[in-house]
Order: sequence, then C-alpha cells, then structure tokens
Amino acid sequence: MVAGACERKAQPRAMAQYILKRLLLLFPTLLGAAVLVFFLMRLIPGDVCELRMAGTGAYFDEEALKICQAELGLNRPVMVQFWEFIRGYATFNFGDSMYTGRPIVDEIGLRFELSLQVAIMATITAILLAIPLGTISAIKQNTWIDYGVRAFSIAGIAMPSFWLGILIILGLLITTQAWFGTAWMPPIQYKAIWVDPVYNLSMLIWPAVATGYRYSAVATRMTRSAMLEVLREDYVRTARAKGLLEKLIIRRHALKNSLLPVVTVIGIEFAFLMGGLVVTEQVFNLNGLGKLFVESVTNFDYNMTQALVMVVVTVFVLTNFVVDVMYGWLDPRIHYR
Amino acid sequence: MASNPAYDAALDAPAEKPSLGARLLRLMRKQPLGTGGLLIVVIMVLAAAFAPWLSPYDPTANDFAAMHEAPGAEHWLGTDQFGRDLLARIIYGARTALVVGFVSALFGGTIGLVLGVASAYFGGRFDLFFQRVMDVFMAFPLIIMALAVVSIFGTGIQNVIIAITIPFVPRCARVVRSSALALRDIPFIDAARAMGYSHTRIILRHMVPNVMAPYLIMITAFVGQAILLEASLSYLGLGVQEPTPAWGLMLQGGAEEYAESAPWIAVFPGLAITLGVFGFNLFGDAVRDALDPKLRSQ
Repeated sequence: MVAGACERKAQPRAMAQYILKRLLLLFPTLLGAAVLVFFLMRLIPGDVCELRMAGTGAYFDEEALKICQAELGLNRPVMVQFWEFIRGYATFNFGDSMYTGRPIVDEIGLRFELSLQVAIMATITAILLAIPLGTISAIKQNTWIDYGVRAFSIAGIAMPSFWLGILIILGLLITTQAWFGTAWMPPIQYKAIWVDPVYNLSMLIWPAVATGYRYSAVATRMTRSAMLEVLREDYVRTARAKGLLEKLIIRRHALKNSLLPVVTVIGIEFAFLMGGLVVTEQVFNLNGLGKLFVESVTNFDYNMTQALVMVVVTVFVLTNFVVDVMYGWLDPRIHYR
Repeated sequence: MASNPAYDAALDAPAEKPSLGARLLRLMRKQPLGTGGLLIVVIMVLAAAFAPWLSPYDPTANDFAAMHEAPGAEHWLGTDQFGRDLLARIIYGARTALVVGFVSALFGGTIGLVLGVASAYFGGRFDLFFQRVMDVFMAFPLIIMALAVVSIFGTGIQNVIIAITIPFVPRCARVVRSSALALRDIPFIDAARAMGYSHTRIILRHMVPNVMAPYLIMITAFVGQAILLEASLSYLGLGVQEPTPAWGLMLQGGAEEYAESAPWIAVFPGLAITLGVFGFNLFGDAVRDALDPKLRSQ
C-alpha cells in the first residue's frame, strides 16, 4: 500500500523530468535542421541575383549583380548570414520573399488557415475509415473480408493522392453533368468556414478525402495489428470465458486497449500531412502552404523554401514530442525514465 | 538471433521435392496477396525490358492527326494532346519508374546499411552523434526533403534519383542499426576482434551479412515508395522532364486540362502507377513475412 502510494507520487516528477529532457533534445534537432537547410541552399552554384540576371537577358552586368547582392545581403560573410537566419527563425521573422518581395510571415499566414483545415479534415476522414476497417479486418483475420480490407489499405498507399484528386474532379464533372445538366467544379476562392460553411466545405471536402484515404491506409494497418495483439491477451480470454457478448468484448476491452498505437500513428502521420498537401493542393488548385512550397522551389525563392522547410520540420518535431508525452498519459502502465 | 534459411527450408520441405507447379500453387495458397504482387512486378519488369518489341508506337512521336483519340483498335489506350500513343508511353514509362525505383532503393538502402552497422559497431560518442544527425534528416517529411534536394540540384532523372536516395539513407540506417546493436554482444564479434581483424572487415564480413533480413525488407519497401515519389515529383514538374516517358509526367498538364473531353489521358497513367506500387508493396509485405522471424510463427 505504502510503496504503491510512493510510486504514484514519484510518477509526476519522473514525467516532468522526461518532458524536460525531451524538450532539451528538440533544440539540437532543430538547430541541425537549420544548419542543413541553410548550407544546402548555399551549395547551389550561383545565387538568386545571378539567376535573375540570367533570366532577364543575354547581357551580364557585373555592377547590377553587385547591387542586387548587396540589397539581399548576400555579399556578407556566410556566418553573419547564418546568424541572421537563426535569429530570424527564433523570432518568427524570416525576412522577405525573394520572388514577391513581401514578408514571408505574411505569405505563410495567408495560407496557413486553409492548409490546417484540410489537414484536420483529412485526419478525421482517416480516423473514420481506419478504426472500423482495421477492427473488422482483425476480427475476421485471414478471411476474404480481411484480404479485401488489406488490399484496400495497400491500394491507399499505392495510389498517388494527386491521381485520386484528378479522379475525384473527373467523377464530379461527369456525375453533375449527368444529374443536373451542368458540370460543377469545387470553388477555388477560399472563404473561411465561419464565413460560409457550406461553400467552404464544398471546396475542401474533396482534397481532404484525397489526402485522408492515403493517410487512413497506414492507420488501418496499425489498428489491425494492434487489435490482433490485444485479442490474444489473457483478459480477452477471461471476458470470453465468463460469457461476455463478443460485441462488448470488442468494444469495451479490445478496442480501447488497441487504440494507443493507433493514436501514435495518427499523430506522427499528421506531421507528415504537409508532404501530402504539397501534391493535393496542386491538383485542386488550392492556395495553401504546399502550393507555396512548390512555387518557391520552381521560382528559386530560396528564402521562402528555407522558411517553409523550417516550419514543416518544427511542426513535425513538436508533433512527435506531443505524441510521445501523450503516450504515457494515455497508458498509465508506461513509466518514464 | 539470425535465422538460418537453409535449416528452415530443410524443416519446411517435405520428404519428396514437389514439382515447380505444385510449389507455386502452395505459395499462392499461403501468400495469395504476395503472389499477386510478384506477378505485377514480373509483368512490369518484362514490359520495361522488352519495351521496344512490345510497344506499338514510338513513345515520343507526335501525331497531330491523331490528337485526343479515344481508346480503340488503332490506339488501345488512346492518345494524348500531342497525339502520342498512351500505351507506348506507359510501357516505356515502366523503364523510368523501375530505374528510379531500383537505383535509389539500392543506393539509399546500401548506404544506410553500412552507416547503420558502423554506428552500432563503434557505439559510444560516434553512435550518439550519428543518431542526432539521423534525427535531423528524419525530421524532414520524404517529399519535402526530395523537393529541397531538387531545388538545389535541379530536375532530370539523375537528380531525381539523388533526391529520392537521400531521404532513404537515414530510414534504412535506423532500422539496420537496431538489429546490429543486438549482434554486437554476440561472442563471434568479440572473437573476430580478438583475431585482430580490422574494423572494416568485421563490419563488412561479419556484421553486414547478419542484418540482411531488415535490409532486404527495407529495400523492397523503398522501391514502391521511390516509384511513387518519382511520380509525384514529375507531376509537380520537378522530376523527369519531357519528352522522357514517365507516368507522373503524363498526368501533368494535359490530364487535368482535358479531363472532361479525354479522361483516358488522366486514367491510364495513374492506373499504371497505382498497380506498380501496389505490386511492389504486396511483394514487400510477403518478403517481410517470410524474412522476419518474429512474424513467422503467425
């Protein structure tokens, strides 16, 4: 009794220590990513100014090149530039886009809302698909239902989300043409969900499904294997032995205990959604972060590429951190060391 | 730890060796999905190898008299906006997909294998530092890393391979390292060290052969991912460039523009990507089931 109480008291402190340790470990990772991105970008032969000059015509003006480099601060020592970059990153001030000339923070802010909404909707789609499918697949292991679900989820990983997007648009065009006589396309101009919910959803539900299907595939497989493991546990056998309804065993005992790894996968995949959005936003012509990223790469807008990579990496690292901490909170059996 | 394939095969094999057909049948019954995957992979490899003989047309020849032609007897899968035969482009596109897939999976996996084993073998501070570096690389989502690399090296098939190889290295290194860590404590490594073998020899001759299972599992998984990544990059206009036939590239531009009037341009190349990656994934799953001793009992 006493020992148990002591242990319970010690747990919060161990947890605090663990969180602190993990927090401190975030810094080297983020710093490393910043170093990598910054110096990779400097590996490119030539710089933005030379690219601009090359783009404007055949005549190469040394003077203009120098002025341009001075304007962007590219003539300063590399370490000074790096320090600037790190300071800017720490204060969320990434400077100006080399392409549009507007502050990068503004450019990102404009698009953040849309991408976040698609990401959240895709996550919801994924959960709604993954948990029932994974559970059924595990209960009916090695039957044709199981094979069907597994094929469906592997197809989700195999199908490029941009192709699914094209198919969805194609399907919408054809069905609306057949039913209403006029072809309907999802709107392109973004309106926030609290301004016009119907309009907003009619625009964003399609990219959310296209991204969410792929996302659900990983979660379905995780649900299935976690469920299979739990179904072999002693307490499930006990529940069966005392004659509990199979429905209740699944719902109350098995599902609850198998959700933990699923939550982890969903959390980690959420951080990866940014990658999925890059292609989906292109297909649906959505003005989000993913499209901005592709544009910055094609326009040689290094400042913007650098900033966006750092934003994605930061979101990714923080999500991983939150998932790790949540893990212990969700499962009291896990002890922090 | 390491399973001995010859021993396991001896246990599995019945007294009399059954015919090839019977063995295939048994494999199909045991691994229906894996056999299906293998079949798709074989078809894809054959299509790529014999493309000039199989392909009905030149994949890069424009034919402005036959633009947007629907699938029919002339052009089985129709033509695109330049009158190029879609079937020919899909058959030749298998070459691009397989070259990018295999080369980047092999390079990424092998570099990762050596680095992962070395990290586990040397341990200590080297291992700690190496792990932090891998953390940094892993913090980039696959396509973001590939896009960043493309922005530096530029487009084209070689650069696409580099862009896809780099993010694979840390993923393989991490998995291999964890298997190699368990190996390090087994006496035969100590014995090799006591014999005075060099680090390189111990790593390459003694440790690497014993982590082949996770390495092969990772590589088969990488091929499908690489094909998908190449398609995504090409679709974004940042991968393989025209007029090289590549599946992702075929979905760019014309596919969306003419979606309504010529849907076949959008449907068939995507189907090729999906089937190809699907095949490699199914096959990869079967390889994992066969090689992973933890899963074998199930």
